[in-house]
Amino acid sequence: MPELHSLRDGGEAAELPAVTLEAFAGQSNATAVRIEPGEDARELLPHLDRIALVEVNFPSFGDGRGYSAARILREAGYAGELRAVGDVLVDQIRHMVRCGFDSFAPDQPLDSALVEAVLGRFPGAYQKTVDGIVPIWAKRHGVSHG
Amino acid sequence: MYAYDQYDQAMVDARVAEFRDQTARRLAGQLTEDQFKPLRLMNGLYLQLHAYMLRVAIPYGTLSGRQMRMLAHIARKYDRDYGHFTTRQNIQYNWIRLADAPDILADLASVEMHAIQTSGNCIRNISSDQYAGVSADEVTDPRPLAELLRQWSSFHPEFTYLPRKFKICVIASEQDRAAMRLHDIGIELVKKDGEIGARIFVGGGMGRTPMVAPEIRDFVPFGQVVSYLEACLRVYNRYGRRDNKYKARIKILVHELGADEYRARVEQEFAQMKTLGLDPPLAELERIAAHFAPPPYETGLSDAIDLSDRDFAQWVSTQVKPHKVPGYAIVNISLKPIGGIPGDASSAQIDLMADLAERYSFDELRVTHAQNIVLAHVRKADLPALWKALEGADLATANLDLISDIIACPGLDYCSLANARSIPVAQKIAQRFADVGRQQELGELKLKISGCINACGHHHAGNIGILGVDRKGVENYQLLLGGSGAEDVALGQITGPGFDEDGIVDAVEKATDVYLANRTEGERFVDTFRRIGMAPFKEALYA
Repeated sequence: MPELHSLRDGGEAAELPAVTLEAFAGQSNATAVRIEPGEDARELLPHLDRIALVEVNFPSFGDGRGYSAARILREAGYAGELRAVGDVLVDQIRHMVRCGFDSFAPDQPLDSALVEAVLGRFPGAYQKTVDGIVPIWAKRHGVSHG
Repeated sequence: MYAYDQYDQAMVDARVAEFRDQTARRLAGQLTEDQFKPLRLMNGLYLQLHAYMLRVAIPYGTLSGRQMRMLAHIARKYDRDYGHFTTRQNIQYNWIRLADAPDILADLASVEMHAIQTSGNCIRNISSDQYAGVSADEVTDPRPLAELLRQWSSFHPEFTYLPRKFKICVIASEQDRAAMRLHDIGIELVKKDGEIGARIFVGGGMGRTPMVAPEIRDFVPFGQVVSYLEACLRVYNRYGRRDNKYKARIKILVHELGADEYRARVEQEFAQMKTLGLDPPLAELERIAAHFAPPPYETGLSDAIDLSDRDFAQWVSTQVKPHKVPGYAIVNISLKPIGGIPGDASSAQIDLMADLAERYSFDELRVTHAQNIVLAHVRKADLPALWKALEGADLATANLDLISDIIACPGLDYCSLANARSIPVAQKIAQRFADVGRQQELGELKLKISGCINACGHHHAGNIGILGVDRKGVENYQLLLGGSGAEDVALGQITGPGFDEDGIVDAVEKATDVYLANRTEGERFVDTFRRIGMAPFKEALYA
C-alpha cells in the first residue's frame, strides 16, 4: 500500500476502495473512482455530488493527461478528494496541486521535507487555475479574484 | 523592451534555486538520469554527443546590450568562447558542464534571462517577427502579446507534460518573416472592424511529417486569447497521441481528426473556459505594451546615404531594410561569413554587437529565425561607421536572403540525433557561391540544411532544402526544391535519389543553372520553380 500524503484540511483522506470508471457507472453506491489516462473525466460530472475520492493514475510520470483530468473536475465544482497515484515524482507535485490534486499516493514514497520545500519554493504563479492562488497579472492590477 | 518587475524576477530566481536543488539531488544520486532528464530539459539542458548543451531563451528574439554581453560572458567563462544562435531565436552553448549549469542560470537571472522551457514536452520560447515595431506593414507590435504568452506559458501546470514539444509564433503583418504557419500554433494579429485580435492557425510543423497549419479560427478578441489557447492546448493534451513519439505533435492530431473536428472540440472547451476568468485584463497587455513603446527617434533626419564606396554600397543594398521612421534603417548583421558555421558568434563578436546596439540602435538587438542579428533602429547617417565596425569583426558579410545565408542545424558534428553533418555542407556551398556578384545575380534564394529527418534546419521550408540521411553507414543528402517559410508558405518536394557530400554541392549549382536559364524578368528562384515545375530540374540533375 503506497504511503499517502494529504494536503486536505485536517490531513484526512478517504480510505475507500476506488473502482474503475467502467464499474462506477454501474454501481450507484460507489463513492470512490479511479481514472486512467485515456479515460474521460467528464463522464464523472453528473455524479460529482456522491463522489468522495477520485484517484487519477499516472502510469508514467511523463504522461500529462491526468493534469487535465484534475482541472476539469475542479472546474466543474468537484470538492472531494483528488488523489494522484502511480509514477508521481516530488518535482511534479506543485503543478499537480495547481491543477487541483490534494493528496498523493505514489509508487515510490515521497520525502515529506522535500514535498514541503517544493510546495513553498515559487512565490507566485502566472496563470489562474483552480488552486485559489491569485495570479501575478491580477496582483499587478488589483483584479478581484473570484 | 520588456523589463521584469518584482514578480517576474522572483519567479526566475525561484527557478534557479529549484534547478540548483534538482542538480544537487542528481549529482548526489537521489534522482536517476531518467527522472532528472525531464527536469534538466525544462531548463534547456541536453546531453549531446560530447557534452551537455544549454539552450538559453531569448523571448521573441529581443534582447538588450547588457543581456547580449551576458551571453558573451557565458561563452567565455563556461564554454569554448562562442555561442550558436538558433532557428528558435535562442542561443545555445555546446560544451557545458552539468555542475556549472545552476551558476549559469543564476548569471542569466541577474540580467532578466533564463532557460525555462527551452526544451522538453512543454510550451517553448515564443517566436516572433524580427522587424516587430519597425516595419510599416504591421497592424500592431506583436511582441506585447508574445510577452503576455511567455508569462502565461511559464510553469503552466496543466501543459508541462504534453505529448510532445509545443511551439507558438506571433506575427502582426501579412508578410511572414517568422514561418508562422510552420508552428504548432501560429498567431497572426489582424484588425477586424477596427478591433485587433488573433487569427489562429494550429497544427503546422516540420520534422518528419511536415504540415502547413490550417486556420482554426479567423478572429479571437485580444481579451480571450489566453483562454482560447488553453482550450487548444487542453484538447491536444487530452487527445494527442502518446503511443509513438513521431506521431505525437499536434499536427498529427489535427490531421487525423481533421481541422473541422479539432476546431469543434476546441470550441466546446473554449465555451466553458472563457467563463473561468483565465484571461488577464486588457490593462495587463497595455502595461506590457508600454515597454515596447517606440524609442525616442530624432526627427528631421536625412535619408541620404553616401554610397560611393562599392563594398559599403553592396552591404547596404543587401543588409539594410526600410524603417517606418524617416532617417532610420533596419540593419541585418550576417552570422553567415563564407566558410563559417551558420549562426555561430564568438564572445568578442557578441560583445561588439552589444556595443554597437548601445551606440547605434537604442541598446536593443533581435535574433532572427534565419540565425542572423538585427539592429532595428539605426540612423542612416550612422550606417558607414556601423559598417566599418562590423567589417573589422568579420560581421559585414553581404548575403541576407542570398544563397550563402544558409540555415543549418548543428548536425552530426554536435547532435546525438543527427544522421549526417550539416555544417561542412553549408560551408562548401557557401564557398562554391562565394562571389558576391554571383549571389546577387541569383537573387533571393533561401537554402536550408537539416542533418536528419527532425528538420531543425528547416529544409522543408527552403527554396532549396537539403536533408542529410544515413544510407548504409554513409552520409547521403537529399535535395528538395520549392519550399517557403514566408507568407507564400509551401513544403519543398524531393527531387529524387540523394547525393554524396560533393555531389550535393554540384546538384545545388545545377539547380541554380536551371533557374538562370529559365527565369523571366523579376522572377525569384521559387517563382521560376513554381512556374516550370520539377521536370526541368530533374532532367538537369539526373541526366
